[in-house]
Amino acid sequence: MSPTELEAKNTKLQTDLREVAQDIVSRAMKGGASAAECVVREGDEFSTLVRLGQVETLKESGSKSIGVRVFFGQRAASTYSSDFSREGLDRMVKSALELAKITSEDPFGGIPDASQLGQLQGNLDLYHEDVYSLPGSARIDYARRTEKAALDFDPRIKNSEGGSFDAATGHKVLANSHGFVGEYSRSYCSVAAVPIAQTDEGAMQRDYWYSVARTLKKLDAPEKVGRIAAERTLRRLGAKKARTATVPIVFDPMVSTSILEHIFEGINGDSVYRGASFLAGKLGQKIAGDNVTVIDDGTIPGGFGTAPFDGEGIPTRRTVVIENGVLKSYLLNTYTAKKLGLQTTANASRGLAGTPGIGPGNYFLQPGAKSPKELVAGIKEGLYVTEFLGQGVNLVTGDYSRGASGLWIQNGELTYPVEEITVAGNLKDLFFNISEIANDLEFRGSVAAPTIRIDGLMVGGE
Amino acid sequence: MDKYNDKARFFFEHYGLAERDLERYLAAALSAGGDYADLYFEYLSSTALSMDESMIKSASQGISAGCGVRVVSGERTGYAYTDDLSSDRILHAAKTAALIASAPARATVAGFQKTAARSLYPVTLPSVDAEISAKVELLMRADKTARGYDPRIKEVRASYGDELRNILVVASDGTFAEDSQPLARMNVSCIAKTEGNSARGTSGGGGRVALDFFFGDKNPEFFARESARQALLQLDAREAPAGEMEVVLGPGWPGVLLHEAVGHGLEADFNRKKTSAFAGLIGKRVASEKCTVVDNGTMPWRRGSLNVDDEGEPTQETVLIEKGILKGYLSDKLSSRLMGIADTGNGRRESYEHIPMPRMTNTYMLAGQDNPEDIIRSVKHGVYAVNFGGGQVDITNGKFVFSASEAYMIEDGKITAPIKGATLIGNGPDVLTRVSMVGNDLKLDEGVGTCGKDGQAVPVGVGIPTLKIDRLTVGGTARKDPGGFMQ
Repeated sequence: MSPTELEAKNTKLQTDLREVAQDIVSRAMKGGASAAECVVREGDEFSTLVRLGQVETLKESGSKSIGVRVFFGQRAASTYSSDFSREGLDRMVKSALELAKITSEDPFGGIPDASQLGQLQGNLDLYHEDVYSLPGSARIDYARRTEKAALDFDPRIKNSEGGSFDAATGHKVLANSHGFVGEYSRSYCSVAAVPIAQTDEGAMQRDYWYSVARTLKKLDAPEKVGRIAAERTLRRLGAKKARTATVPIVFDPMVSTSILEHIFEGINGDSVYRGASFLAGKLGQKIAGDNVTVIDDGTIPGGFGTAPFDGEGIPTRRTVVIENGVLKSYLLNTYTAKKLGLQTTANASRGLAGTPGIGPGNYFLQPGAKSPKELVAGIKEGLYVTEFLGQGVNLVTGDYSRGASGLWIQNGELTYPVEEITVAGNLKDLFFNISEIANDLEFRGSVAAPTIRIDGLMVGGE
Repeated sequence: MDKYNDKARFFFEHYGLAERDLERYLAAALSAGGDYADLYFEYLSSTALSMDESMIKSASQGISAGCGVRVVSGERTGYAYTDDLSSDRILHAAKTAALIASAPARATVAGFQKTAARSLYPVTLPSVDAEISAKVELLMRADKTARGYDPRIKEVRASYGDELRNILVVASDGTFAEDSQPLARMNVSCIAKTEGNSARGTSGGGGRVALDFFFGDKNPEFFARESARQALLQLDAREAPAGEMEVVLGPGWPGVLLHEAVGHGLEADFNRKKTSAFAGLIGKRVASEKCTVVDNGTMPWRRGSLNVDDEGEPTQETVLIEKGILKGYLSDKLSSRLMGIADTGNGRRESYEHIPMPRMTNTYMLAGQDNPEDIIRSVKHGVYAVNFGGGQVDITNGKFVFSASEAYMIEDGKITAPIKGATLIGNGPDVLTRVSMVGNDLKLDEGVGTCGKDGQAVPVGVGIPTLKIDRLTVGGTARKDPGGFMQ
């Protein structure tokens, strides 16, 4: 298919889905609903995995699904389906109207006010057709080159879980009974390698690296991804346990994002109104050190967390969450904002079913001035964490205990690898003990943080 | 039984499929060669309800249906799926999956061999078809019991979810298997609060059961009381210790240890690719001789059980470790063929959008001889862990973790203070060699386990009797010192 034909096909499809969504809303209203909202999602995916130079899997498919949420006054219910036939859609709407009878009157329920609805204008740079422009053989070649770069890097790389190339596009339509209708497409492609290194004694280690982008043009070269994957794997070989001690800990950017995720879990409206977070009620108070500023911004062109409107049809925005350690804003959707007597921050996330949740836009920790190397250089003895294993985080109490592996720091240098250790403390103290933040902020997803140093955590080992 | 068999004709009746069509689709899948092809039809209907602040705030129902086509050629797999079950879309998916192979067309399948029907979950009325008011009642009862348990219980969330998955698997090797798989669970989560202190407790259960299950012993009151009890207990919990020590695991859900420490590492795909720390250890000692571990997909009503796996193969009981010696792997069709080992009926997938792979069903350790009280009495300083959150494993280096949500100190052979949740970390291939006592009290979990692998989630079960592990690293914050255990 030529690009023009593809475009013609896409335009037609989009128009169809837009009409379907609006039609579902009007059918729900005709059925007696006082408000309704419909979401349609359509996507295509392609993935290939090459292992030890041979194609292991090729997967290619498309799918679409639809969901409707209806209100009878303050009662709500939702239904969804993958069946777009007339009967299928009728059944979906009818079930939703029926189901709403058993739910409770919730004084805070409802879709947003008409005045809040809208979408960002202009090109947000979220969709590039080129993720599918590579012919099948070239996609396989991307995966093969990524794995080969890892395998060729060092003779100790003796096995592999493969090199992969993935591409996906997604299209989303949202319509509601205030007359809102919006739609957008997003594209995504990635290359990754998962090499396995082995010592002469037979002990194995595995690690990975990847590059992800909305366009092939911004994807790192397969050779670079494979090489970094190999380096990350090799440096784990010969790992030992560390001794139990309280030492400074440096979080690699791959794991420092987890700290931001814990903050997100703690300050999103759902946790806050339920009191399921130790950060509930802390608005305007210090919850972290002066050096900590956290931003959520759903408007950054090309961002992995960017969209023209949120899951309820409200234009996305930039929100300062923490400024110099002070909690400035929770992240909210319409429901949780009403519960807390606040305004939504346009962070509604909408799946096919159920009530809207809360999700981040591009959510990040403001970088500092020092390089990651300088952070490590300032530590006499400590731990550099490259990977966490398991969950072990309790947002109600702040208790924090996770499995970890990484490298031991001695006299300002990364020395030998360590594993089978735990890192524990309490998030209440941890956020205040982020003593240094490096300058290496890079978005590899919608949540990003630079290398950080945290003091006062207990390392559990021998 | 009649109702069950009616369901089994599901796709023929609802989508007008005939055996002739299935043969045609498989022929298209093998049109470019390949050793094997299969079709997985799925029709999943589900319900989810949740109660929060004593209100039913969310109710949803949905249907998801589709067909996945797989073509295997040597070690290569081509996969495509469609959520439109019309002939032309399935044929298109079959031709897309066929692109993995590049050879002359293979002879088509000549007749199907129906897998003998089994009935591990013979529900007469699947819960998805039951009155919704009865499900609402479950949540209201849970909410009431939890709130009435103690004035310190301030927040209660209760949720209920059920599904019915109708599947049809046909393959070029003649496989023809149908199943109708119910699944239901309910959960209760409480937050207890005192001046300046909060804690959470959770509890839940279910299985491949009908709605009446929740009107028996494992009723909303049971889960609500258990959830509230755990929340209150955590209010008084002390700091957990840090470092290596003796650990006793209580019976049931702590079996997640087996799931993480040995189960994943014994899935055949990892061993075929030699990426598992267990690769090449068949016949070797990987546990103390008190340990016998099995995976059993044939337990009636259990969450991890299946009449047939997602490749149409009957499930079975597979001995993984017998008296400490590694006996076998969990296999699907692909690994079984490539490794020349038996297919243990462990080929599972999350949905029609996913490629099947070896997965666990219900994984547990057989009961031993020791009295649980004697096990506790034998510990001088250690941790007694009875409830867990999740776990994770790196199958290549063997390191695994699991996080205790209810645990106590053991001091001089007695259970003393409750301690805060802590992560336990160990090494899969040797943790079971340190099992010195095995209780006579085998128990399986309540039926809430979901296992993730390569982004695919499937329901599973776990279980153990009370176990003593002589040395395991506990990830607390309190420093161990010779004078006393706690800071």
